[in-house]
Amino acid sequence: MARILAPGTQAPDFTLNVTPDQKLSLHELQGKPIILAFYPADWSPVCGDQMALYNEILPEFQKYEAELLGISVDGAWCHAAFAKDRHLHFPLLADFEPKGAVAKKYGAYRKEDGFAERALFVIDRNGKIFWSYCSPVAVNPGADGILQALEDLTLQRNNNERVESSSFVK
Amino acid sequence: MSVLKVPVSSNDHIQGDEHALVTLVEYGDYECPHCGRAYHIVKALQKHYGPQLRFVFRNFPLTQIHPLAEPAAEAAEFAGTHKRFWEMHDGIYENQDRLSVRILSEMAERLGLTAERLRDALADHEFEPRIRKDFQGGVRSGVNGTPTFFINDVRHDGLYEFKDLVSAIDARMLQLKPDVA
Repeated sequence: MARILAPGTQAPDFTLNVTPDQKLSLHELQGKPIILAFYPADWSPVCGDQMALYNEILPEFQKYEAELLGISVDGAWCHAAFAKDRHLHFPLLADFEPKGAVAKKYGAYRKEDGFAERALFVIDRNGKIFWSYCSPVAVNPGADGILQALEDLTLQRNNNERVESSSFVK
Repeated sequence: MSVLKVPVSSNDHIQGDEHALVTLVEYGDYECPHCGRAYHIVKALQKHYGPQLRFVFRNFPLTQIHPLAEPAAEAAEFAGTHKRFWEMHDGIYENQDRLSVRILSEMAERLGLTAERLRDALADHEFEPRIRKDFQGGVRSGVNGTPTFFINDVRHDGLYEFKDLVSAIDARMLQLKPDVA
């Protein structure tokens, strides 16, 4: 398994196609928690596939104001067809050319297979990796880890605000 | 290791004895073909273990890919308020390949329930909050697709063929009561 970027690391910026004619950069989303979900490929043959699951859980992620981005080495046209078929309501990014370049930056590329790991990153509002997790490629990691990280992140933020306001009073 | 975050309680749909050695919890979707297969496997497990196994079903509808999963879950919950949950649950899985809102109404009527009341309940999404609660608890417990099974609160990560579940359940029983197995 690859060694993915650890918490505390600044999340590498990137710009990737989100549709065949639109690009999205990570820094555009700064100010919000971001969930970056690398996965091997579109069209996995099971019902409860990872992206379909996250699609259902989207309202839970939104409670934390978090933005979810799926990333695989599939091209933008493939993503478009996949997203349409599965009724996905979040962006899929095409890490297509040069293939897997962003996955490599995050330490989440499987060179021997030519696709990304099932690697999850929760990035804080300042663009720093707050939590990361790499699942065995055959195991859908679910969303409990992501939700726990978002909860911890909110807790930390509230604590920081409390510390700041109390030092202000002094 | 993922563990069940919401303990089995009297709010659940439970089959079998409270004192059973092993409790099998399934998070399922009524329109998911894999759950349709698992339905028959669970029946075989219940026959195999008898009173030693307790079974709990919780809702985990993947509504974006299975448009009938939510109405089917709501219909089963509706039947549940009239103490007919398991008949409806079984009926839905037995008729999974021809599932429709009409079939749900017909099944309700066959159970002596009012189809009109069911129609209202579906229109008002009367049972949606309960289903959401099941779903959220499942997500928190690491449910990562359907069906997902928990054996005495621990997520079963292997295959769910009869023999795979039997060996996982046997292993758990052996830990609890070495003399029985």
